[in-house]
Amino acid sequence: MKHAKTAVRALLAGGLMMGAASAANAETFKWAFQGDLQTLDPHGLFETMTLGFQRNIYEGLVARNDKMEMEGALAESWENTEPTTWRFKLRKGVKFHDGSDFKADDVAFSVERLRTEGSDMKVVAALIKEAKVIDDYTIDLITPSPNPILPLQLEIFYIMDKQWAEKNKAVAATNVKGGDEGNFANLNANGTGPFIVKERQSGVKTVLTRNPNYWGSIPTNVTEAVFTPIDQDATRVAALISGNVDMAYPIPVQDWKRLEDAAGVKPLTGPEARTIFLGFDQLREELTTSNLKGKNPCKDVRVRKAFMQAINIDAIKAKVMRGAATPTGLMVAPQINGFNKSMNTRPPYDVEAAKKLMADAGYADGFEVTMDCPNNRYVNDEKICQASASMLAKINVKVNLLAQPKSKYFGKVLAQNNYDTSFFLLGWTPSTFDSHNPIASLMACRGGEDKLGAFNLGGYCNPKINELAAKIQSETDQEKRQAMIDEAFKIHQDEVGHIPLHQQPLSWGVSDKVDVVQRPDNVFDLRYTVVKK
Amino acid sequence: MITFVLQRVLQSILVMLTVALIAFGLFRYVGDPINNMVGQDTTIEERAELRERLGLNDAFLVQFGRFAANAAKGEFGFSYQHRRPVSELIAERLPATLELSLVSAILALVIGIPMGVYTAIRRHGAMSHAFMTLSLIGISLPTFLIGILLILFFGVILRWLPTFGRGDVIEIGWWTTGFLTASGLKSLIMPAITLALFQMTLIMRLVRAEMLEVLRTDFVKFGRARGLPDRYVHFVTALKNTLVPVITITGLQLGSIIAFAIITESVFQWPGMGLLFIQAIGEVDIPVMAAYLVLIAFFFVVINLIVDVLYYVVDPRLRVDRAGSGGH
Repeated sequence: MKHAKTAVRALLAGGLMMGAASAANAETFKWAFQGDLQTLDPHGLFETMTLGFQRNIYEGLVARNDKMEMEGALAESWENTEPTTWRFKLRKGVKFHDGSDFKADDVAFSVERLRTEGSDMKVVAALIKEAKVIDDYTIDLITPSPNPILPLQLEIFYIMDKQWAEKNKAVAATNVKGGDEGNFANLNANGTGPFIVKERQSGVKTVLTRNPNYWGSIPTNVTEAVFTPIDQDATRVAALISGNVDMAYPIPVQDWKRLEDAAGVKPLTGPEARTIFLGFDQLREELTTSNLKGKNPCKDVRVRKAFMQAINIDAIKAKVMRGAATPTGLMVAPQINGFNKSMNTRPPYDVEAAKKLMADAGYADGFEVTMDCPNNRYVNDEKICQASASMLAKINVKVNLLAQPKSKYFGKVLAQNNYDTSFFLLGWTPSTFDSHNPIASLMACRGGEDKLGAFNLGGYCNPKINELAAKIQSETDQEKRQAMIDEAFKIHQDEVGHIPLHQQPLSWGVSDKVDVVQRPDNVFDLRYTVVKK
Repeated sequence: MITFVLQRVLQSILVMLTVALIAFGLFRYVGDPINNMVGQDTTIEERAELRERLGLNDAFLVQFGRFAANAAKGEFGFSYQHRRPVSELIAERLPATLELSLVSAILALVIGIPMGVYTAIRRHGAMSHAFMTLSLIGISLPTFLIGILLILFFGVILRWLPTFGRGDVIEIGWWTTGFLTASGLKSLIMPAITLALFQMTLIMRLVRAEMLEVLRTDFVKFGRARGLPDRYVHFVTALKNTLVPVITITGLQLGSIIAFAIITESVFQWPGMGLLFIQAIGEVDIPVMAAYLVLIAFFFVVINLIVDVLYYVVDPRLRVDRAGSGGH
């Protein structure tokens, strides 16, 4: 019995000592997010958090630096040799984590991997008709039509080692459907990035260590990085304040004060590139959720404009967002390519003018409509909807709020359920950081040959925008391109296709012991994370 | 006895099938899984194709039949969210939940029973009143609140204990244990107390009530009259006779400890099955949800079976009755 006790003590002491030793000779950085990356496979899921995390392990041809500027990563330079050809000169001497060399073959292989059944990046694959290897360090990417922004769109296309994938039977992207149970690339990684995966327990913990042979020089001094998903807001905030993690995000807006008052931590906030907006069903002849029968008031631009003028965006900013939102008149944020400051205006908040517009349109007595709203997707999403509903009551529109978790909300309002919504709140960050993306996905008429407008939930339609979208896609002259973007935004603004509300705030909590860089797309980049001595 | 056990096993299969059927009926109300599996830019056609590949367009009974047939072979499919076999995920998370539940159950028994006996014997003592008041708190405060208060006090203010997770674990075969590391043991304290508190107060109150009853019976009085020492009368004569209901409740509660670990696990980000289930609900990961519910049903059925068998062991009268009725 006594021996057993001693043994346990020895084990305990050993555990403690091991902990102390590893803390002394390494800069360990711990951070937490509200969810986990779904897979380590760089072609498995086209989603910001997952791709942002993988960025520490895998690299693309190009990357964004701490100021969000494009710079070469695995490619040193690139040029448009012909209208439909982009030539990339690749960096020499780069090695994958397992020691093999990075070559043009790997890029061509990765392009093909994007096209496999399990890939969620087929949209990116569609940008490239063919990848032609010129020599070991030169590759031509042929586009189906002239594409001036291809490098921009390839930021999230990461390169995987061909030999490694073949050796481990991971030539195809991890398939959600199964059938390739235990696809090696789902739980293991072999990139060229600054960090190497040491341990991966999906949904629990991911440990990265610094890649000693990394080609670039980057500010970070982190040697080991431990990532834990923490679902509950309260637990995540407590973990940060108690020093169990060095960085946590997102932090609920209402907890900022707590972080300011606590010692050793502070909130880190800034405008996110995500625009929050409202939209209406403008396609159906009759609103499905209204008391008005036989007509759809939202088809009338006066009604849409009245809605916009009835919403007091400054009150939403002050009361709901605690001053931390940036009201907007455009569907894109200032960080997005194509944003034009002079066009970022809103019609003034004016209830009387709104009432008059409603009366002119023949709806002085208002009507009833159901509003679809997520309650766990955007910052204070449900509260924004509640506030909007009470503001619209002043112009006699009775809003019945249907706020649901995102899985239910998206299941109801998206294409698969035939866009079943009359009035909704949605948020959007253009994945390419270019205005073409929201013009094509949110504003263009949906259901046409061009397959645009997939997220145009309300069916707002002006064929001119589809025309412009196609031209913007292939226009290489930046000035002409900007003029077309402006034109599309102007049409959309005049016709109140949607009601842009604001850009929501980024909300991180950071320990005083570390310096981090906050990107406007809410991506956390370990390359710029420095632990202070 | 063997026929009895066999009967129970057959019943349990029926119970699990029913649970699976009801669960499947409810999944359609949880939301749509596709949007959590694809990115913003994935086209409508690709989404539709994925839905088709996953068989989500099939009729309800077809989907259920496929699930039941696979489950019978021990296959629970492939997690949408983790892109891994569900059985592998559950095996990975099971040790965390079982260790937490076991420690909580032991805590509840080891503290609850003596407290119950004590409050029954010293009914008007100051300590008894203190225990009873404490137990009111344990019964009335919701688990997540207790958890958050503990985190706030011992994690954030005093900084004695880690606020989340399981600490370092050691692998023994496929099992992972947190019992063998300092950080593992420290991480276990708050979740175990949170999970045990309700059961502890329940057991204490139950033991107390039963003891009060038994202490009034004749055989206890006779025991005292025989000159047996108080300690023997209280802990052997009396306590033994209170155990039948305690075993029933403890058994059933063990099932609910495992099931209720969901809340404790999500408050402490404890990487067990409960957390897996909560995450699965958020992401509409149907294969994980289905497997978890069936597994929990299985646990309940097995625990019930063990409890029934234990009755025979503890209570000789049952054996007699059963033998007697068998003769008719």
